[in-house]
Amino acid sequence: MSKAKTFRGGIHPAGNKELTSTQAIVAMPAPAEVTVLLKQHAGAPCRPLVKKGDVVNKGQKIGDSDEFISAPVHAPVSGVVKAVQPSRDPAGSIVQAVVIENDGEERLDPSVQPHPDLDQLDAETIKKIVREAGIVGLGGATFPTHVKLSPPPDKKIEVLIINGCECEPYLTCDHRLMVEQPERVVFGTRALMKALGVEKAYIGIENNKPDAIAALEKATADYPGIEVVPLQYKYPQGSEKQLITAITGKEVPFNGLPMDVGVVVNNVETAAAVQAAIQDGMPLIERIVTVSGEGVRHPQNLAVRIGTPISEVIAAAGGFIGTPKQVIIGGPLTGVAQPDLSVPVTKCNTGILVFNELKRPSKPEPCIRCGRCVDACPSFLLPVTLAHLSDIGQYDKALELGLLACVECGSCSYVCPAHRFLLQSILVAKREIEAQRYKKTS
Amino acid sequence: MPDSVNSTDIKLVMSPAPHVSDKDTVPKIMFGVVIALIPTLIASLYWFRFHALRLVIITVAACIITEWVFQKLRGKPITIYDGSAIVTGLLLAFNLPPTLPGWMAAVGGIVAMTLGKHVFGGLGHNPFNPALIGRAFLLASFPAAMIRWTSPIDGTSTVTPLVQLHMGRITATYWDLFVGNIGGCIGETSALAILLGGLYLLYKRYIDWRIPVSYLGTVAVMALALGQDPIYHWLAGGLMLGAFFMATDMVTTPITRKGKWLFGIGAGIILMVIRQWGSYPEGVTYSILLMNAFTPLLERITRPRPYGEVKAHA
Repeated sequence: MSKAKTFRGGIHPAGNKELTSTQAIVAMPAPAEVTVLLKQHAGAPCRPLVKKGDVVNKGQKIGDSDEFISAPVHAPVSGVVKAVQPSRDPAGSIVQAVVIENDGEERLDPSVQPHPDLDQLDAETIKKIVREAGIVGLGGATFPTHVKLSPPPDKKIEVLIINGCECEPYLTCDHRLMVEQPERVVFGTRALMKALGVEKAYIGIENNKPDAIAALEKATADYPGIEVVPLQYKYPQGSEKQLITAITGKEVPFNGLPMDVGVVVNNVETAAAVQAAIQDGMPLIERIVTVSGEGVRHPQNLAVRIGTPISEVIAAAGGFIGTPKQVIIGGPLTGVAQPDLSVPVTKCNTGILVFNELKRPSKPEPCIRCGRCVDACPSFLLPVTLAHLSDIGQYDKALELGLLACVECGSCSYVCPAHRFLLQSILVAKREIEAQRYKKTS
Repeated sequence: MPDSVNSTDIKLVMSPAPHVSDKDTVPKIMFGVVIALIPTLIASLYWFRFHALRLVIITVAACIITEWVFQKLRGKPITIYDGSAIVTGLLLAFNLPPTLPGWMAAVGGIVAMTLGKHVFGGLGHNPFNPALIGRAFLLASFPAAMIRWTSPIDGTSTVTPLVQLHMGRITATYWDLFVGNIGGCIGETSALAILLGGLYLLYKRYIDWRIPVSYLGTVAVMALALGQDPIYHWLAGGLMLGAFFMATDMVTTPITRKGKWLFGIGAGIILMVIRQWGSYPEGVTYSILLMNAFTPLLERITRPRPYGEVKAHA
């Protein structure tokens, strides 16, 4: 076997995946009430299509937008709209949300129409199905998938990459999906290939998941255009740009998109959502959530309806064990710490982690210039220098040194023996530069 | 009930991502360096007995006390427990001749911590290696006492093999040079002990291999080019101690990989120029200090090309 491919730089955090990686996904019963946020994606928020008192069906579209970069949201249960009200999202913003009281009938909406045969669908129809199903990047970035499938005519897409790296510690939702339902991933991959008009797709999987690699190699045996690529187990292997470089050797321009090098990347769970949208006609109303960390009684992967309060998801995993100190939505490296348990599950919710102790000292010490951040940076930046320039307000100087090439993986902060908040400082400069550019263009 | 998910008295801590960190900490690295210096400490005690014990105690104490006083006076947090003052104290002692009067050693420690470190703002901010600043100060202030050598064990007057090399005739065998049975500063004579500690530092990844390799490599190449024995150049003076413990100091060397290569090469060239054409027989201290001064420049010219940055048009 040839040496697994990878990128330069990166870190090797403790995986802690064994907490959940061997257990089958469990379907969590739909909760009594769901809160469906009207913005769960990168792009324009949806406007509500329902109002208080309306009866809604499972799978019914309840929010949409006329903007191109947006994705509709659907009722995950059948029931009655209790309210349309502001709610906090996992990242801390206040957005509108539709609260639905579940009537328990699981009454399907008439719009849920299966298309069992992929051969009868053309590219435009697939894009339309993907768009109407509200599918977004489920790896956590939540960029609307139909937008990725519609590159401008001057960008020729040659390759589709399906991201099965799951390089964040603790998370195993993609892993279990690949092991248990590889045929769904493959069907979704074929549909995405057809929508993009490409002949070649790679499924990149870190080699710490041999069972997932085996399952997908078996499931792709009949499709010579789809190749499973084992990748080195290293964070952030699943970062889009690093993944593209590892598999194709190409480097995405830092102010460009994967399509600039002829590549589109989608997560494995996104591919599976495309399968569900086509074969079952079911829009994106459910996702797999890894509930893990030492603060959870029974760490496991749950298939959860969008809109389920995270407190109920934790309860479904047996509740807390001990006193929780930190609850993180997403992975431990890029996830968001929560002030309370009030937020609902959204499309980007890869994991819910409960820690009974802080896993990182909160007091930074002076930098000893060890250079570990430099060695770890997958974008070949000097994180310590950028952070310092940001701290003293020299954002333009940071820009000159490649600030915008930062993929915000947090490897620099992770390796820093002085526990400096390098990524946080760099983000300040990045956001400041982005805001300046936004002002200039508007 | 803390076990209940609906408990209202749960206090959650917010933090920016990432929420996990590597296990290494600054004190862990500093005490790692102290551990790596233990073989050299043992060798210095073995070869120079009471002289070594005296110098180590004085310089370490001087460094710790100076740091404490300085931080107390400035109203800054006391950081003497982070291990860095101990490292400076040990390295300074290892760079002193055995018979140096105690008060001079103490002055060296005080200068190392003040002029070498705290005037710049403390740990991480000093441009020059503090221990070498202390040594350079002593070398300039007390030149006679700083080159008064005694042979190990019996304490009789001698010269270092480097002086012999300078004068063109060497008496020490490779084995004496390797184990440390030669005249010299108390911590520099035993290459064996230094290598043990150096390998530990490399294994723990507390130092980068590029600097010792490029420093020692450059010295060997230049020695061969000058028709001299590179083994003597490696083992006869302070080069081994410098290459593994001082040229590798994180604070005062480049953070870029290419910068580390250039640092080692530059230090090697300066060292050989001093040894060959300078009036001093030894030049490790100045070769490293001079390259310390070049560190910001080296970092600037060796900055890696960021991922995705458009390559220059050919």
